[in-house]
This record gives sequence, structure tokens and C-alpha cells, in this order.
Amino acid sequence: MIISSLAFYLFSFITIFSAVMVISARNPVHSVLFLILAFFNSAGLFVLLGAEFLAMILVVVYVGAVAVLFLFVVMMLDINFVELREGFLQYLPIGALVGIILMAELVLIFGSWVINPSSESIVTTSIVYNSDTTNTHALGQLIYTHYIYLFQAAGLLLLVAMIGAIVLTVRKRPTVKRQNISEQVAVRVDDVIEVKDVTSGSGI
Amino acid sequence: MLEIWTDYAWPLIWIIIKILLIVIPLLIAVAYLTYAERKVIGSIQLRMGPNVVGPFGLLQPFADGLKLLVKESIIPTGSNRVVFILAPMLTFTLGLIGWAVIPVADGWVLSDINVGILYLFAVSSLGVYGIIMAGWASNSIYPFLGALRSAAQMVSYEVSIGFVIVTVLLAVGSLNMTDIVLAQQKVWFFIPLFPMFVIFFISGLAETNRAPFDLPEAEAELVSGYNVEYSAMSFALFFLGEYANMILVSAMTVILFLGGWLPPFDFTFLYWIPGVIWFSLKVSLVLFVFLWVRATLPRYRYDQLMRLGWKVFLPFSLFWVVVTAGAIVAFEWYPK
Repeated sequence: MIISSLAFYLFSFITIFSAVMVISARNPVHSVLFLILAFFNSAGLFVLLGAEFLAMILVVVYVGAVAVLFLFVVMMLDINFVELREGFLQYLPIGALVGIILMAELVLIFGSWVINPSSESIVTTSIVYNSDTTNTHALGQLIYTHYIYLFQAAGLLLLVAMIGAIVLTVRKRPTVKRQNISEQVAVRVDDVIEVKDVTSGSGI
Repeated sequence: MLEIWTDYAWPLIWIIIKILLIVIPLLIAVAYLTYAERKVIGSIQLRMGPNVVGPFGLLQPFADGLKLLVKESIIPTGSNRVVFILAPMLTFTLGLIGWAVIPVADGWVLSDINVGILYLFAVSSLGVYGIIMAGWASNSIYPFLGALRSAAQMVSYEVSIGFVIVTVLLAVGSLNMTDIVLAQQKVWFFIPLFPMFVIFFISGLAETNRAPFDLPEAEAELVSGYNVEYSAMSFALFFLGEYANMILVSAMTVILFLGGWLPPFDFTFLYWIPGVIWFSLKVSLVLFVFLWVRATLPRYRYDQLMRLGWKVFLPFSLFWVVVTAGAIVAFEWYPK
């Protein structure tokens, strides 16, 4: 038990520390690297909770894909750090307001469990799994069997968003020369070479 | 006092012994993979390969290692020190930690976790960070271009690797590595899932930045890509990590498609040979194909590489996931 609580404190301290560093690091690339560290340690917390599937998915999706794109963009952009810092005080009230609202909501959620213990049963309702199913199976059953329509609706929303993003950003550039591989492969000798008999002294 | 020994100290020591039992053979395998690469490519190109240090040049990898160890480490002034030093260490570590879930024989595995294959997928998807951090921290043009290429390449091919893993999982019904191997007792998965096997192997080449997809370190255009600014041991760590990754991807291929530690035919006398030998033989075979491909094929052009990943492999593997799932439902081949 001592080991797991030690691991818990280790993971949670590193998570909090790196989350603070994300917003306070001077260099944006360092911020993204700290964000990755935060993701990684939250995955460790998931493992401690026994949610190994979620932990792995967190690493695969957020660290392996999303953060790579972040890093990609941050490295490519030429950001002026001094300019970025200038508006800090100006935006501070808005940021603080958002933070306070989030904090209040979290307090309300956890507070309601303490004040009214029966409300906790709402969260952990109905579907009870026997303990020998792995949480991969449990999640699969939940998403693909019990909530299949909601899942499909969410998928459709994402599809629409994706198509929207493509439509907004794509532009045809007729001047760019592109390789058409099927056309290239389909080329026959007769199409490109013409053999002529040239009589000497006259030319074509 | 005794409690501390039996509950904490001894398990810790036991785990460390097991880790060493995995890591030391792995590092020796990495050393001899570099030797094998030079010998195999040498004989394909009608050359001798290394043959001076030791009998048949067998001590060549150690000579190379020693040379890199005693060289001076140079850290460019313009570089970002911490990230610059962290990058090769990260690459090397990620090449090793994947082995925690690889079963080399029945029950011979450090940690037999439920989501073994997802863990491996996660580790291999992290491999890109070593390269992208190295490229950025070097603060130099060629490494940066190499790093960007490699980031795009690895992210693209990971998607199709993910779908290939999904088809295998549909056939197995579990994410545990041991279960995946045991599900192949009747037939190895490379027979029913042959197209996926090919896609996995080619994506593995791209994921490990091997020829013909070694664009991140294309000598002709990028000098040497992301590791231009590295020297001595930090350079060696990149190379060790890259070769350890090659062995890891080969081991994944063997476990997913070539039946892991199982012998090729179901005869009793073949089971007398320990599983770890079958496993190593199969991994060596896959690694040989890696080297063979490098000696045979020319490098891809970058746009062709992206086209292959996104326009050929991704739709095809997605289609094959649907076909496999459909076949399993239609013929009721549900895994137990």
C-alpha cells in the first residue's frame, strides 16, 4: 500500500508541477514538453486507479498524436515572446474569472456528494459489471452497446466538423504542377515517342 | 525488518534481475545487429564487410562502441542544452521499455499486462519525440528539417499500424500479448490476414525510419538529418535506440503475425526446442528482411511517402478492418 500511495504522490506532484510550468515557462516549446509530461503522469494516475485502457489511450492519443501536432506548430511558428507577455495584466481578470468559475463548479460537484450522499449513487448507476471483465470490455460494452446512438451522434458531429475544417482551408491552386501517378503509369511508348523515317539530306 | 525484506526489498531486487536478463541480451543483440547489417549488405553488394577486428570481424561492434565512448561530446553553443541532452536518452529509453511486455516464450515476460499491445503502440508512438526534440534543440537547419519530416512520417504511418493492430485484435479478442500468441496455435495470423501483415511490415519500416523510408536522415539532402549536431555517446545512444526499435518492431511482427514462440508445425518434437529459440529465429528472419530491403530498394521521395501512407495504406487498412469484422460476424468465428 505504501508503494502505491508513494507512486500516487509522485505522479500527482509531477502533474501539478508540470501543469504550472506549462503556463509559466518562457519558451513555448518547453511549455509543450511540460504539457506532455503532465499527460504522461495523468496516465500514471489512471494506471493507479486500475483504468489501464484509459491510461494507454491517453498516451496514444494525446501524447502520441495531439501533442506532436502542437509541438509541430509551436516549433514552426516564429513567436515573439516579449510581445506575448505584454498583454498579461490586461487579460488577467478574464483568466481569473474563468478559473474561479471552474473552481466553484468543481467545489459544487464534490460538495454535493458530501452534503447529500445519496447523489453519489446517481453517478454510479445501473450498469454493474462483474469484476473479471477487463476494463477494455467494460468500456466497449458501455460505448458500443448501451450508448451506441449517442456514440454515433458524436461521431457524426466530428465528421461534420472535419469536413467543415477541410472546406474552410482547402484552396485550389491551378498553377501548381502535380504528379498524377496513374496517368504516369498508364503512359505507353506510342503516346510519347514518334518514330519517323528521315531521308538523308532533307530533314523532317 | 524481515517484512521489509520480503515485501519490498526482495521483489525489487527480483524485478531488477529480470530487467537485466532482458536488457543485456537485447543490447548484445543490438550490437550484433549493426554487425549483421554491415555483413549482410556487404555480401549483397559483393564486398567483405567488417573482417579485421577479431575473428570474422566479430569484435567490430565493441570496437565501434569503445571509439564512440572515448570521443569528445560536443554541445553546440546555440543549442538548447537540456533538451539536446535529453533527446538521445529518451530515444534509447523508449527503445528499451517496450520490451517489458514482450513474451519471448510461454510465461517469459516481465509484465503480462491486460493491454500489452496498446502499451507497445503507445511506446512506439512516443518514439517521435526523441527525434523531434533533437532536431529542435540542435538549433540548426538540417536537423530541424529532418525532425519535421520524421514527425510527419511517424504520425502518418502510426494510423495504419493502429488499424492493423485492430484487425489482429478482432481475431484474438484480447489485448494481452500472451493471448495473441496463443490464439495462433492453429494458424499463424499472417495467412488469414496476409495484406495486413504486408502493411504492418512496411509501416514498421517507416516507423523505425529505415530504408526505403529513411528520409529523416537522408544523407544526400539533409547531411544526416536530425543527428547532424550529435557526437560521441549521445550519437551512439540514437543509434542504439534506432536498432533497439528495429528489433522491437520485428518482435511485434513476430507476435502479431508469425506465432510468437510457437514452432512452425504442430509436431511434438518441435516443442522440445525452447520457445525463446523459435522466437529469436523468427525475429532474426524479420530483421534480415529489414536489412535486405535496405540493400535493395532506393529511397522514396517525400510526397510519395505521404501518398503511400495516407492514400493507400490508410483506406486499405480501414477497409480490411471492416472486412475482417464482417467475416467474423457472418461466419460466427468469434474468438473465445
